[in-house]
Amino acid sequence: MRSFTRAALAAGALLATGAFAAAAEPIKIGATLSVTGPAAFLGEPELKTLRMYVDKTNAEGGLLGRQIELVSYDDGSEAARANSFAKRLIEDDHVDVLIGGTTTGATMGMYPLVERAEIPFISLAAGVGIVEPVKKWMFKVAHNDRMAAERVFADAKKRGLTKIALLSETSGFGQSGRKETLAAAPKAGIEIVADETYGPKDADVTAQLAKIRAVDGAQAIFVFGLGEGPAVVAKDIAQLGVKLPVYQSHGVASQEFIRLAGGAAEGERLPAAAILVPDQLSDSDPQKAIEQDYVALYTGKGNGDVSTFGGHARDAFFIWKGAVERAGSVDKAKVRDEIEKTAGFAGTAGVVTMTPEDHLGLTTAAFHMIEIRDGKWKLLD
Amino acid sequence: MSQFLQSIFSGVTVGATYALVALGFSIIYNASGVINFAQGEFIMLGGMIAAFLVAAGAPLALAVVAAVAAVAAIGVIVAKIAIAPARGADVTTLIIITIGVSMVLRGAVEATMGKGGHALPPFSGDKPIALAGATMLPQSVWVVATTLALVAGLALFFERTRLGKGILATAHNRLAAQLVGVDTRRVLTVSFCLSAALGAIGGVLIAPIANTSYDAGVMLGLKGFVAAAIGGLGSGVGAVAGGLALGLLESLTAGYLSSAYKDAAAFVIVLVILLVRPSGMFGASISSRV
Repeated sequence: MRSFTRAALAAGALLATGAFAAAAEPIKIGATLSVTGPAAFLGEPELKTLRMYVDKTNAEGGLLGRQIELVSYDDGSEAARANSFAKRLIEDDHVDVLIGGTTTGATMGMYPLVERAEIPFISLAAGVGIVEPVKKWMFKVAHNDRMAAERVFADAKKRGLTKIALLSETSGFGQSGRKETLAAAPKAGIEIVADETYGPKDADVTAQLAKIRAVDGAQAIFVFGLGEGPAVVAKDIAQLGVKLPVYQSHGVASQEFIRLAGGAAEGERLPAAAILVPDQLSDSDPQKAIEQDYVALYTGKGNGDVSTFGGHARDAFFIWKGAVERAGSVDKAKVRDEIEKTAGFAGTAGVVTMTPEDHLGLTTAAFHMIEIRDGKWKLLD
Repeated sequence: MSQFLQSIFSGVTVGATYALVALGFSIIYNASGVINFAQGEFIMLGGMIAAFLVAAGAPLALAVVAAVAAVAAIGVIVAKIAIAPARGADVTTLIIITIGVSMVLRGAVEATMGKGGHALPPFSGDKPIALAGATMLPQSVWVVATTLALVAGLALFFERTRLGKGILATAHNRLAAQLVGVDTRRVLTVSFCLSAALGAIGGVLIAPIANTSYDAGVMLGLKGFVAAAIGGLGSGVGAVAGGLALGLLESLTAGYLSSAYKDAAAFVIVLVILLVRPSGMFGASISSRV
């Protein structure tokens, strides 16, 4: 009896190794994302999106005939932890590519390891510093804050508005936006006539708005903040009855903002990716089908509303997948070179054409001007 | 003039919420010597539960009452499960326990009600009341009036009722209170229940103005603590004065100095007050209690 068990075990072990050898090793994607903590509203849709496309690709036969395995860690929105997870992904999990760094802090913390390991890395964060100056192994898919400011300025000038009051949030996003807005203004021929701030959790911003209202000659208000804060600002603008046109940043590009502002956001404009309004794009727009597919797939899985951020993960996945297909292997140096050669790639964020000098590949045209009308997004241009 | 008035309106509204938080801190501090760092979470819970019930279809008034009652019950549970068993431990340990409680409450809300923000409809419309060029939301009137009513009610409770007097007696001298027959264990439970209810009321009042989310309690708790420290920990009048002073200071700094210094101004004032008068504006000497 005993020897029989042993023989069976041995046979089983043999079979197992045989089966293992027959299937090629999976290709590994390593991801460090902020799935919990303050940045979870960014990281959670990113992870869901990556998982969704990895499963889909595997169901369709995989990549280069191999299955894809997603190894992901949650840094809890702590930039310092992203670094140790990147180390684990590179040294223990032996991943073929890194996607992630939900926040700019996490991304920059991971980069020294990435450079030493010489592994292609696509960040999902927005900071300009990720791609300026260009870093050999790092790419990004999210729009720069400066593009948002430039897009707003272009629209304002078209309406004859050149004196703008800036109200930015004290969060990292808002302060980066403030810096870029102030830098972009002179070049666009815009004068910033007020430069006020508010806290992301402030209950009342009327004091700042009353000050802006008292500024001579202000023609429009530009609010640079993320999520809930701008909703409070919108409510307070309505309360004070300020009649100036209001611009928001791409940080409010989610349905939640309209819901929280409860009607107060009516008529406000913002620069945002086409993902908010896929059905309003013209049929000739290369992004239209892609956005519609993504929205249908994502919401079809019961994941809730789509957001720009999940879209970034989708873009990163397909930019990498395209590069692997062109390279015909997952060789790290070859894949890196192919990512850099990405051209005319239509993603959720815009049409991407990278060069050795530009590891983002998006232009201001990636932003559409959107107005909030009857509680819905309305594409202007 | 209208800008000045606007800053005052803004400051009084926000200050009244800080005052409610500060009152909650003071009641528990008096009853147990503990600074309850979960106080901010009671505010968040009030707003979140009310918003959740309204979204589920409950009428606003019912949702508000139910939310306050639920949070008061949570306050009792916290006192019984987390604080009472550690009765013999020193104050520092108890304070650390309250930090743990705050994390558990925040995490529970994050897991069950999600990470997004929630809005509560205003109690009586959102048509602003205009006065000399400045405006105020009807909700702000609710916030200020309710705070005043609660302060008056609490004063009566502490001075006229047996239970209230018992709490005060325990605050002054636990042993002596026990000797004259005050049930000091009940005092702890009642004080947590009261503080939780106060916090929840603050939470449902401010939610229509500021929205709410699972992490809304962190900053409000901190500001309320600052207000309590300015006014003097343990003093009811101090909590209200501290809250209003902090709210006004913030809005006037934002309106006249620079909004970038708004939060810094508050913390600088705390430093100054604690240096000049360590027990706060209305506080009794702290050293005798520690």
